[in-house]
Amino acid sequence: MEGPIRAREALALTLFSLLFFLSRSSALHDLLISNAERRIDLSSHIVKVYLTLKVENAGSSPASEVVLAFPPSQVDHLATVEALATKGKRKKTTFVRLEVKPTELPDAPNDTKYFTIYLANPLNSAESITLEVLYMLTHSLEPFPAEIGQSESQLVYYRDSALVLSPYHIKQQTTFIKTPSTKVDSFTRVEPTNRAGTEIKYGPYEDHTPYSFSAILVHFENNSPFAVVEELVREVEISHWGNLQVTEQYKLVHAGARHKGVFSRVDYQSKPSFNGVSSFRYLLARLPPRVHSVYYRDEIGNISSSHLRTDSRKSELEIEPRYPLFGGWKATFVIGYGLPLQDFLFESSEDRRYVNFTFGCPLMETVVDKLTIKVVLPEGSKDPSAVVPFPVDQHLETKYSYLDVVGRTVVVLEKKNVVPGHNSHFQAVLFCPN
Amino acid sequence: MSAPEASSAAVPTLMTNNTLRNAFGGVLSFFILLLIAVLAFSIRLFSVIKYESVIHEFDPYFNYRVTQFLTKNGIYEFWNWFDDRTWYPLGRVIGGTVYPGLTLTAGTIWWLLNSLNIPLSVETVCVFTAPIFSAFASWATYLLTKEVKGAGAGLTAAVLLAMVPSYISRSVAGSYDNEAVAIFALIFTFYLYIKTLNTGSLFYATLNSIAYFYMVCSWGGYTFIINLIPMHVLLCIVTGRYSSRLYIAYAPLVVLGTLLAALVPVVGFNAVMTSEHFASFLVFIIIHVVALVYYIKGILSPKMFKVAVTLVISAGLAVCCAVIAVLIALVASSPTKGWSGRSLSLLDPTYASKYIPIIASVSEHQPPTWPSYFMDINVLAFLVPAGIIACFLPLSDASSFVVLYIATSVYFSGVMVRLMLVLAPAACITSGIALSQAFDVFTRSIKFQLPGLSSNTEVDAGETSSATKEAQNDAVKTEKAEETSKDRPSRKSKKKEREHVEKPSTKTKAEKKRLLALPLEASVISLLLLVFLGAFYVVHCVWAAAEAYSAPSIVLTSHSHDGLHVFDDFREAYAWLRHNTDVDDKVASWWDYGYQTTAMANRTVIVDNNTWNNTHIATVGTAMSSPEKAAWEIFHSLDVKYVLVVFGGLVGYPSDDINKFLWMVRIGGGVFPHIKEPDYLRDGQYRIDSQATPTMLNCLMYKLSYYRFVETDGKGFDRVRRTEIGKKYFKLTHFEEVFTTHHWMVRIYKLKPQKNRIRGKTKKSKSKTSSTSSSKRSGTRKKNPWH
Repeated sequence: MEGPIRAREALALTLFSLLFFLSRSSALHDLLISNAERRIDLSSHIVKVYLTLKVENAGSSPASEVVLAFPPSQVDHLATVEALATKGKRKKTTFVRLEVKPTELPDAPNDTKYFTIYLANPLNSAESITLEVLYMLTHSLEPFPAEIGQSESQLVYYRDSALVLSPYHIKQQTTFIKTPSTKVDSFTRVEPTNRAGTEIKYGPYEDHTPYSFSAILVHFENNSPFAVVEELVREVEISHWGNLQVTEQYKLVHAGARHKGVFSRVDYQSKPSFNGVSSFRYLLARLPPRVHSVYYRDEIGNISSSHLRTDSRKSELEIEPRYPLFGGWKATFVIGYGLPLQDFLFESSEDRRYVNFTFGCPLMETVVDKLTIKVVLPEGSKDPSAVVPFPVDQHLETKYSYLDVVGRTVVVLEKKNVVPGHNSHFQAVLFCPN
Repeated sequence: MSAPEASSAAVPTLMTNNTLRNAFGGVLSFFILLLIAVLAFSIRLFSVIKYESVIHEFDPYFNYRVTQFLTKNGIYEFWNWFDDRTWYPLGRVIGGTVYPGLTLTAGTIWWLLNSLNIPLSVETVCVFTAPIFSAFASWATYLLTKEVKGAGAGLTAAVLLAMVPSYISRSVAGSYDNEAVAIFALIFTFYLYIKTLNTGSLFYATLNSIAYFYMVCSWGGYTFIINLIPMHVLLCIVTGRYSSRLYIAYAPLVVLGTLLAALVPVVGFNAVMTSEHFASFLVFIIIHVVALVYYIKGILSPKMFKVAVTLVISAGLAVCCAVIAVLIALVASSPTKGWSGRSLSLLDPTYASKYIPIIASVSEHQPPTWPSYFMDINVLAFLVPAGIIACFLPLSDASSFVVLYIATSVYFSGVMVRLMLVLAPAACITSGIALSQAFDVFTRSIKFQLPGLSSNTEVDAGETSSATKEAQNDAVKTEKAEETSKDRPSRKSKKKEREHVEKPSTKTKAEKKRLLALPLEASVISLLLLVFLGAFYVVHCVWAAAEAYSAPSIVLTSHSHDGLHVFDDFREAYAWLRHNTDVDDKVASWWDYGYQTTAMANRTVIVDNNTWNNTHIATVGTAMSSPEKAAWEIFHSLDVKYVLVVFGGLVGYPSDDINKFLWMVRIGGGVFPHIKEPDYLRDGQYRIDSQATPTMLNCLMYKLSYYRFVETDGKGFDRVRRTEIGKKYFKLTHFEEVFTTHHWMVRIYKLKPQKNRIRGKTKKSKSKTSSTSSSKRSGTRKKNPWH
């Protein structure tokens, strides 16, 4: 008797799963993109891609998710994906931020990775919605030649697809690639392709099936500072005495084409427009307003070349490493500053207090490979936690500072591949016993 | 000597009044000492305020690096530390060749602070060690001078020492050098010696040995102590001041001190083997003989004693002669006569310049000039003679020590600028004595002549001192009278003096008139002048601390019409080396920059400031003074990858390598005779302009310094030498410029690798693919300079 029952169960199970998959895949295929416009900004070493999708529901059931696809080579360099839904028309357009999460789909061809955009309101059949997607890629420009001399400028490769990779059918699509200058050595032609000034236009292409891919390679000049912070440790120490002390330890590297051969100071100083164009001397750090006691030093002492400009809304610290950074050169330094605590400490209900502080690196236009934020709470704070708008690794530590007895709780947040887009606020909650 | 008893008996009511005043004086002294410590500490902070909290100069960087190692790896690792980052390929055993006192002190402070959860960095602790110890040193000066001439002189001496420029120059915040703690140890050892001499207590004698041990740990200058104290003991014996207290003060110090000194690895058996210590052993023998003589003299009758003396002397002389002959033969058999080079140059000031160019090349080993005396001890130079005279009124064991100390240190400071540091405490002590005695005399005469004040002298402090003075005069007389009784302890007289202070005698007016009382106007004016002198000293010291001695020398500043200019080129270069070269690369530079390179750039150096291997330094000197190819070969044989030169010609930084270059030639030529100094001089003149010799214009140092220099201004004008350079356009074939700092002060070159030419060869053979005959190959090989 047992045999048939088992068989029936198994059959039911397979049926269910089949149904499930069917419904799932139908949800995928019911949607189609009537128009896709992609603008790839290659002017700095962080690649910013603005993708405008007009999504239509061609199926019968309402859809609440839109899936974005990325080739596996891009996913490793993908720093952030954000999506906005456009509402209203023309002048009265408003944007609604949508939740984006990485997802796994079972039948992904060639290890394609997915991000799902969760729509605020389900998209009913025959309705359409315009989505604005912004994603940033780091380490996606490959210097070629990989080693350059002092007087050469830096050429890089950018690899992508002429067609937007998507699990949906795309009716019409165009891709614009913006290069930093008109010096473009070569680019792959996928007709129709146009180049005008600093812009290369791929498309419009009509009616491409899901997962269409057409590899392109752009070889162009990019002398923007390839400033990469390999490791950044930010320590935010909250004092009982009304001060917030921030200490940031940087390991900076120039991630562009490696410097080769001589470095001649006389050439560098006398002909700045021809020499070391890909190198950089200055970095700009944007600090919160009302910053005080700023210092900038490294392990062998103070670095005297920095300027601080403050006004009521922001403070700008212009720092100059001890030497100009050429490709592959490294430098380490520490920036520290104090801030008035009342600008950052807030009180919520239930007597909980929280600190609202900026995540990310204050340096402009830099990529941080590994960012660690340590929020040192005052001695005696209980049940600390942190609320961050994007996924990070969290754990707790204990630190002993001046004459501490029980030690201070430290909330440690770690994230890899951080771009300026991550400079949003996060909250560290501390529960102060009164 | 019946005066004190009589006075105390006469005025018993004064006792309570007096203890109160004493207590008040004690509290006041305590607060004055605290203030002195604050002064000593804070006057040394100019460098931190004007520049930054950073380690200064050259040697402190080594000490800092050693301290970092100590705090990271612990004491046992430290003793066994073999440093392979320096003296490549020889290395250096740090634990056995370093005076560990400073490092251990700072390491202990750091450990203590961190175990109290005060997370100061090692650097901060190192920076502030010297100011802290200068506060201790001024306390030690107070104690020492108090033992010699009373609390007033002690306080004055402590104030003077707290801000004496000579000591400030070695102990500003950041100047993390041995001398920072050694001067404290020196004064404290002397204090304990005097204390033992005054009390005869074995407790202080033991403490003295321990203080001496600390001094041995801290500085090579401990030989000054171990020679000065025997000299003083000998002086006491010769002048008939032998006492059991002297024995207690000396014998345990030699025995315990030598044993302890031998525990320090860097000293080891040197404590009994080298000539620097022989004086102490000789005096040790003498003091025992003298003690024996006194003992026998006590037992025997005078007649018997005379017989015994003649007998012993005739027999003893013969034995002594034999022993001395053997000793001389032993010492003479060693090449340096058992003396180290630095000590020999102390005895014979011309020794170093004749035989050891490395010692002579260091500026702080040069004899000082007169202005440097004025700069470093200022008005103390004029007060010292007065202080010496004051020491003779009366001459006690303690004050004779001070006189001996000042006399010897004046001599040593005349030999080496560096030893001005040893003179400074002596000058402060004698000047403190002089000043306080002068104030005593003047205030007393003023008080004596003011009728309103003289009536109620009993409660006045000035009166006390006058009484003391008087009593002292009495004491001198009685001392002279009692000179025959040799073992009369001067401690007694000291105690009496103290009793005088405690119980001011209400001497009769008649006695007072006996005193030397100066006219009122003269004393008031003299007092004012003394105050002015003091004020001048203070102003000078503050100026010296703020302007002259606070520069860290790794970062330079200059004021011009458009503001402050900072020259941070050294650290720029070191930071570049640290981050952009391979961790095992070897960097060659002149030895001055060795310590800084290992500490700041963390790269292996060929030679450094611990100039222990003359040949190695001479090799680098030879390379720098050789033409490019020969230099390349020398450097390549030493695995050198980068060559660092310091060049001041663009901004006018005078202590650059071109100015030091003649020393490289001399030191190199001392070992490698093919380097001859006259080849680099035109008619005995050192020049780098068009008149310079071809050897000079083709040597590596010239080329590395002036490579492409002409392109900066079109003429190649050297701002240090104030001339246009001789050879303006040239190419480097075996070196390539890899880094030059912003103001060109440091230039780093890389040795071109050998394989470059192989690549060139393959290219050539590729271009001539058809003709690969053996004859052509040999032809190209001949052109190649590396075969």
